[in-house]
Amino acid sequence: MLLGKLTLDAIPFHEPIIMGALSGAGLMGLVVFALITKFGKWGYLWKEWLTSVDHKKIGVMYIVVALIMLLRGFADAAMMRTQLALATNGHMGIFPPEHYDQIFTAHGVIMIIFMAMPFMTGLMNIVVPLQVGARDVAFPFLNSLSFWLLVSAVVLVNLSLGVGEFARTGWVAYPPLSELSYSPGVGVDYYIWALQISGIGTTLTAINFLVTIIKMRAPGLKLMQIPIFTWTCTWANVLIVASFPILTGVLAMLSLDRYLDFHFFTSEAGGNPMMYINLFWAWGHPEVYILVLPAFGIFSEVISTFSGKRLFGHTSMIIASGVISVLGFIVWLHHFFTMGSGADVNAFFGIATMIISVPTGVKLFNWLFTIYRGRLRFTTPVLWTLGFMVTFSIGGMTGVLLAVPGADFLLHNSLFLIAHFHNTIIGGAVFGYLAGFTFWFPKAFGFKLNEKIGKAAFWFWQSGFFFAFVPLYVLGFLGMTRRLNHTDNPAWDPWLYVALFGAVLVACGIACQLLQIVVSLRDRKKLVDETGDPWNGHTLEWSTSSPPPFYNFAVVPQVHDIDAFTDMKEKGIAYVAPAKYAPIHMPKNTSAGVYIGAFCTVFGFAMIWHIWWLAIVGFVGILASMLARAYDNDIDYYVQPEEIERIERQRLAKLGIDVERYDERDTGKSAARPSKAKTLEQV
Amino acid sequence: MASNANLVHGAHAHDEHEHHDSGPSTVLGFWIYLMTDCILFASAFAAYAVLFGNVNGGVSGKDIFELKYVLVETFALLFSSITYGFAMISAHKGNKSAVLGWLAVTFLFGATFIGMELNEFHHLIAEGHGPQTSAFLSSFFALVGLHGLHVTAGLVWMAVMMTEVVKTGLTSRSLTRLNCLSLFWHFLDIVWICVFTVVYLKGAM
Repeated sequence: MLLGKLTLDAIPFHEPIIMGALSGAGLMGLVVFALITKFGKWGYLWKEWLTSVDHKKIGVMYIVVALIMLLRGFADAAMMRTQLALATNGHMGIFPPEHYDQIFTAHGVIMIIFMAMPFMTGLMNIVVPLQVGARDVAFPFLNSLSFWLLVSAVVLVNLSLGVGEFARTGWVAYPPLSELSYSPGVGVDYYIWALQISGIGTTLTAINFLVTIIKMRAPGLKLMQIPIFTWTCTWANVLIVASFPILTGVLAMLSLDRYLDFHFFTSEAGGNPMMYINLFWAWGHPEVYILVLPAFGIFSEVISTFSGKRLFGHTSMIIASGVISVLGFIVWLHHFFTMGSGADVNAFFGIATMIISVPTGVKLFNWLFTIYRGRLRFTTPVLWTLGFMVTFSIGGMTGVLLAVPGADFLLHNSLFLIAHFHNTIIGGAVFGYLAGFTFWFPKAFGFKLNEKIGKAAFWFWQSGFFFAFVPLYVLGFLGMTRRLNHTDNPAWDPWLYVALFGAVLVACGIACQLLQIVVSLRDRKKLVDETGDPWNGHTLEWSTSSPPPFYNFAVVPQVHDIDAFTDMKEKGIAYVAPAKYAPIHMPKNTSAGVYIGAFCTVFGFAMIWHIWWLAIVGFVGILASMLARAYDNDIDYYVQPEEIERIERQRLAKLGIDVERYDERDTGKSAARPSKAKTLEQV
Repeated sequence: MASNANLVHGAHAHDEHEHHDSGPSTVLGFWIYLMTDCILFASAFAAYAVLFGNVNGGVSGKDIFELKYVLVETFALLFSSITYGFAMISAHKGNKSAVLGWLAVTFLFGATFIGMELNEFHHLIAEGHGPQTSAFLSSFFALVGLHGLHVTAGLVWMAVMMTEVVKTGLTSRSLTRLNCLSLFWHFLDIVWICVFTVVYLKGAM
């Protein structure tokens, strides 16, 4: 009773693969733990990172989580490809169905919720406040809390590996399969609570960034002058605010079914499983635009920066993103044309889906026209962008094909569909995040990433993608459906082998990326960026140092143009220090987010295992920490001008600007003109 | 003290540029949160609309809803919105004891509402019409219960705010928070009007 459903049997001692993975992960954790202890970095980690409310540091932590979860999700993918390449012609492969089903469910959940979402959120955290000329987000503590809610959910998902099981339902967890009568284990409960906790964190993030963008823009920054990445994030946040509560609602209903014997989605007592599918996709479809719109923004920034031109059609880009966002809300039914809504309904949703290709096409042409007559520099982010433009176009076209209800009846749940959405999510969202990662890395850390290894990573990913997923298109036409544990059709085999080869290539790409980080860290002196503007950037994030001081801008910039920083460089006011610095109002770090996240993990775990007393402890803990935070009066402070001046002088010295001249300001000079400013601006 | 810091800071805040955790930003953020809550309720309403005919051979709304009882409940909640409005007027005038008085009255009305709702639920379950009986009752209990949970959270928040006002008085921080609670409380009133119409009036027809 004391431990609810939890017994020692929950730990899969008899599964060598799981135990191997667990001990591997445990060993890595121990090494990290030992290293941090050896170098005495726990205090630093706690004070400077874990309790930080600095949006840049929170952004970096989001991306660290995303990269770790990318490895976990990719391991799942590699296992699936291996299984399918082995389990043919009477062989059963290495994974029994009950384990294999958990793998494909975990792969989907992890890649969407715990890889792509935090990667996007991380980039948004690092860049958006800088692009709008703000010193932090509107609610710095809330930002930290959102991050720790994500971590709490990540902990739950990874706990399911060693304690109990994960859902075997596919990442969509359709009832009645996900109901208690067909999934009596704790797998679906892990799924529910992990998604619920991280979903609340995502909603809070969206509210936070919407207020930041609406209220905290630098003076002069008009709505239509906001840089395009921030605009696409704005649309994504609008979509989050409008769609994530539906996920919260549908998961709550599923929980009521499973915990209190309600009948929302059961196949008895009048329940309606089809309603779950509708509600799930009313969230799920906007979700894919939440992932891809910021990626579109990244490509826009990259292509305009490296073409040395202003983005073609800035306004049309904003409108196109808005149109995609609105249309993204009225197409959810195309995920289940086969459910039998009738020809008229299917036709409406089919046509609405196809129309989305129009604003997307507008974007593609805008990028092409930006390159046109520009001087494109073939850096790693540009390679990702060009790769995206080709790959995503193919994915978009197969999407239009799937939007034809008649064709969908043939291709529904086949590998053609799998190939299609990987084509758009990898070729669209992931390529975008990786481009953004390379593009903004020097801003976050003060040194560039190794270009050579970055390019190798791109080519491995790009070729690996095509080798892994083009066969899936073919297999879809050959009639192979998704979520098969083993097959017995010899005609499919060659394609399955090619797909496995593609996965190997992608593995090389990921390895290159890890290598790139290690090598760049080693060569950081050589790759250092003293200017804060390594790519001759256009927007405000490049106007401050790399990494930016914790207050971002010593003086809040005045904006006059879409490309605010280009404008400042042209006017020669990009590196001018003010006569006098004013005190800056900053939030203090807080551990409240860490505690609330930890209590959420306790609460979620207790709910999953029906340990009711522990659930009460977790819930009371959450409430108490929230109240303690609400009545903490020591939450902010002022940075004094002397400290700002000290930090800014160091930066100006690095820029080669004669700092001593600033002392002349008392003799009547209001603002000294840096001697080397001219040459810097021409870099 | 943060509230003092905010006041000082408000005095020399430069023009239109907002800073973190400022009053107007908090209220805007709270508005956006309310919109997310609105969509959560919309999902619950949608589920109810889909399932309300699925009575599984058991009772339907017509058999179990007592309109007069629910009308009293409704007026308790509607009056609580008015009294909260009075509390806010007093707050803007800086009249601390009036704020506390009106909040107490609001709290009593809200508690009456919740008490009556719990009583209704208790009766239904005792008579064998619990949420496990049919999809209709599942969605009914979930929708009305979701609203009830919100009102309960609002009551807890109100108790916390009364303590805050007693202890620190009407600072700019407590005013911002009272303002947010005000939005929350009126929002729940509007949602209840929809519940009353869609669930009870339509169900009793």
